[in-house]
Amino acid sequence: MLYREAGQFKTTYADDQALLPIAQDRIGLFIILAIAFVALPLFASEFFLSSIMIPFLVFSLAAIGLNILMGYAGQLSLGTGAFMGVGAYACYKLTTLYPDMSIIVVLLLSGVFSAAIGVVFGLPSLRIKGLYLAITTLAAQFFLEWCFIRIGWLYNYNDSGAIEVPTRTILGLAVTGPQATPLTRYMFILCVVTIMTLIAANVLRGRIGRSWMMIRDMDIAAELMGIKPLNAKLSAFAFSSYYCGVAGALMVFFWLGSAEVEAFDINHSFLILFMVIIGGMGSLTGCFMGAAFIWVLPVILRAIPSAFDLNLLAATMEHISSIVIGVLIIFFLIVEPHGLARLWQIGKEKLRTWPFPYAT
Amino acid sequence: MEALSIGLDAFFLAPFRDMFSLPDLLIQVIWEGFVSGVLYALIALGFVLIYKASSVFNFAQGIMVVFAALVLVSLYNYGVPAWLALILTIGVMGLLALSIERVILRKLVNQHEAILLMATIGLTLIIKGAGQLFFGGEPKSMITEELGLSTGSSDWEVFDGIVIFQHIDIAAAVIAIIMVAALALFFSKTRIGRALRAVADDHQAALSVGISLNQIWAIVWFASGIVALVTGIMWGARSDVSFALEIIALKALAVLILGGFTSVPGAIVGGLIVGIGEKLFEVYWGPIFGGGVEAWFAYVLALIFLLFRPQGMFGERHIERV
Amino acid sequence: MNIKKLGCSAIAFAAMAVGMPVAQAEDTLFMPSLTYRTGPFAGGGIPFADGYADYFNMLNERDGGIGGAKVVVEECETAYNTQKGVECYEATKGKGALAYSPLSTGISLAIIPKAPVDEIPVFSMGYGLSAAAIGEKFPWTFVYPTTYWNQLSSILKYIDSNGGIEGKKIGFIYLDVGYGKEPLPLLDSLSGTMGFEVAKYPIGVKEMQNQSAQWLNVRKDRPDWMIMWGWGAMNPTAVKEAAKIRFPLDRFIGNWWAGSHNDLRAVGQAGKGYLAANFSGIGTDFPALQDVITHVVDKGNSKVASKDDVGNVLYNRGLFNAVVLAEAVRVAQAKTGTAAITSADMRYGLENINLDEARLKELGLEGFTGPIKGSCSDHEGAGAVFMQQWNGEDWEKVTDLIEPMNDTVRPLLEEAAEKYISDKPEWQSQTCG
Repeated sequence: MLYREAGQFKTTYADDQALLPIAQDRIGLFIILAIAFVALPLFASEFFLSSIMIPFLVFSLAAIGLNILMGYAGQLSLGTGAFMGVGAYACYKLTTLYPDMSIIVVLLLSGVFSAAIGVVFGLPSLRIKGLYLAITTLAAQFFLEWCFIRIGWLYNYNDSGAIEVPTRTILGLAVTGPQATPLTRYMFILCVVTIMTLIAANVLRGRIGRSWMMIRDMDIAAELMGIKPLNAKLSAFAFSSYYCGVAGALMVFFWLGSAEVEAFDINHSFLILFMVIIGGMGSLTGCFMGAAFIWVLPVILRAIPSAFDLNLLAATMEHISSIVIGVLIIFFLIVEPHGLARLWQIGKEKLRTWPFPYAT
Repeated sequence: MEALSIGLDAFFLAPFRDMFSLPDLLIQVIWEGFVSGVLYALIALGFVLIYKASSVFNFAQGIMVVFAALVLVSLYNYGVPAWLALILTIGVMGLLALSIERVILRKLVNQHEAILLMATIGLTLIIKGAGQLFFGGEPKSMITEELGLSTGSSDWEVFDGIVIFQHIDIAAAVIAIIMVAALALFFSKTRIGRALRAVADDHQAALSVGISLNQIWAIVWFASGIVALVTGIMWGARSDVSFALEIIALKALAVLILGGFTSVPGAIVGGLIVGIGEKLFEVYWGPIFGGGVEAWFAYVLALIFLLFRPQGMFGERHIERV
Repeated sequence: MNIKKLGCSAIAFAAMAVGMPVAQAEDTLFMPSLTYRTGPFAGGGIPFADGYADYFNMLNERDGGIGGAKVVVEECETAYNTQKGVECYEATKGKGALAYSPLSTGISLAIIPKAPVDEIPVFSMGYGLSAAAIGEKFPWTFVYPTTYWNQLSSILKYIDSNGGIEGKKIGFIYLDVGYGKEPLPLLDSLSGTMGFEVAKYPIGVKEMQNQSAQWLNVRKDRPDWMIMWGWGAMNPTAVKEAAKIRFPLDRFIGNWWAGSHNDLRAVGQAGKGYLAANFSGIGTDFPALQDVITHVVDKGNSKVASKDDVGNVLYNRGLFNAVVLAEAVRVAQAKTGTAAITSADMRYGLENINLDEARLKELGLEGFTGPIKGSCSDHEGAGAVFMQQWNGEDWEKVTDLIEPMNDTVRPLLEEAAEKYISDKPEWQSQTCG
């Protein structure tokens, strides 16, 4: 009833091609952004910001990165964790080599390194497809992990072998390091993620994005129609790895504060993969939904026993939440293989025709 | 220039000099590689069985290895005699296979391969959570001797040196060979085996001649469950039974690339190449890189191999049409 | 799950989200316990967490808490994962956490920089950053009873006293993560001064149960002694592999995380002779442990799988962690005169801890460990370890406490601490006391 596009006439091509052609969607997005930018900073607790919202945003960005590659360009990858690692280590090296460089510049530059590595490991995609490619990305994962351990230069030969985030300020306000408040870190990440999502949305519907989707849907046909697989696939790897790299740098600098190699291990890659699957391949909204689902749901699950004064072991809860997530993954695959984003879309369609679903 | 020649020597000649200066060690390295290769091959075999029959890339194979070993050891620790525990464990793997087919596969018929892969990732999480919930996360020792497997070792004196063969490793190799032979016989001689091959070739054609897909799927999952159990026993005897074992199974993925997803001989040859190759590389070339190269050697080998032969060693060449 | 339950949890979640103050009863001492009862390292995490919780529960049952205030232990599961560890830290710090002992070098590294800001001490008992022993530079971090570096020096001293170390070849096999690499700088530096050769064998986390190649390298290099910095599933596999290549096990020494009952039970008789360093007593022949059994375990309030697990190396280690924290609470209570101390008081308590022989006897832990005396500059206490040997069924203490080479190690630790704070301007002004 409320969600209906009747009466919204498009008079220009620009209107018709807007990111959100329906007014209600625009209002909805505006409300979400208002909550994220105004309401949460005003009312949310430190724990909520630092342990739920910050990881959620970081994972969303990483999921967008993987989704570009998997959902839009159709190249399966299990190396997300390592690409995030490249971003994080690059960011650490850059900021310790050039302490005066603005952290924003460092952050954006670190993605470039990740993109370059992504292209190198994306080269096999020109010959290899599907599951085979997924396993070659495992080579990237394990080789890069080994490099993070073995190349001491990457972590400035720290005795601990970990990268530790120094304090960096923007206009005198500490944004990284222990002095940075959760609120500042949250606001910084929120801005980065919002802008990068917007860019991704525009790239994806543009010429490059459409060439990726053609490659995904049928690569030989796409090639016959004049899409160069070399350009399309490698640009997808570069773009995706850039996003993953920035997400990795954000993860270490704005969330964890320090990281060892394990922070980027294969399980981390799987975690992001789950988010993309649950959220929905080929959907940006899905990335956020998937990240919320995989990261926030266990946090809630863990909070349930204490809410009922149940004396359950933390570990038991961990096992149960592992089972629950497993069951939900299978449940979604059976009921809706295209993820939460598709469910959301179906819901919207239903709303559009409600209360007369048969009147078209 | 001199540095270069020293580098070339260290990389291309010195390892071979090392090999021939201690021939007994070389034989030992190859034997160790052979044994771990056999175990990789067994894990890969579990993958291949399922992939052939149902196009499911079973990511849960690794956790099934842990789960099977865990059930066996826990049953024994509850006081069940070893032989009965073994039979009961086989029963549990059968039940697992049936329920996977009933609850998951049947609902996902005809879905895209990627979706089936994801389903098995979900399955991995369920088995992992349930396994730890029921049996606890602490490592347990494998009941090697109780199962009638010897834990001793035999020496072979050769080239003024000594090569040590662990009996459990010999047993692993023998059992693996028997199992592969049994599977080969099963595939070629029995009715179910032939039906299985028919399903692998063409689902719809198999259905139209009256083969029950559901039954076949339950059988292959059961078969790979048994392969998982054997792998679990062998690997458990070499270290212990814990959830850390799951990670090793990832290496079987590299084996699959070398051997191809659908080839049983490929899985075995691939397993041996990875096993022997990585041991040789770690022992003779590892020190040049500071060690620990085993972690990626198999994958990088697979990657390089793929660039030249994307369909694997024994895989069939795929012709794509638009 | 019905709608009502969902509603309840939603409310609980909402309360958490807006940061509703959680009602705290009068006079409690909140001790968060970051455990890992799941994941690849659960074998070490479970007994440690049990010992930690049981000791505090025993104090609650026997003495009604510490100084009249009940101890509340809240477990938070990290699965040895740094991200989850940080989440647990954030989730529990607001509840009045007094000190953190995450039993993970990765999580320690992540929360050490936060400690001065949140004013909650980190007590990484015998793990974490060795440099944290320098109290002037790390006022909020404690590493009683000793550091990895000092431990290594004790082990090397043990080797030296058993046939000399000069001219020998020492193999060092380690888990290839921050934890395992931590003692490498000291090893390299001492190899020069003590005159021995070093061969290093890294074991990746994914290769923990697949070590045969590294052990073939050991066979190739023929070191005289092997030292291991292992954890979790790496330990039993390493001992088995060592036995396989016929390496003399009484020349194979594990550090204090590579010598638990869980590790060696999986090896059994084959591991006979294997040595490991330790700083906490073995078995239950201590009055305090008997109290734990009567007041907690026998009443079924412990999480241990079986009563036999009480007294295990890692169980006792976890218990010892709780003993030190409880003692620090007492010191802090004596200073402030209140039962419900703050985390800043806790820091004072940890810094001024004095567990001498007499005090250990009072606590029912005579001979359990060496004396620990902290000070502003010394956050590692005395730092002595003893050697234990596996006899095929159980661990036996085989040496007295071996003092570390403090004179050699301390300057190196100071150097490392200096290096750690060099890029942290806000750390350079802080000091202990």
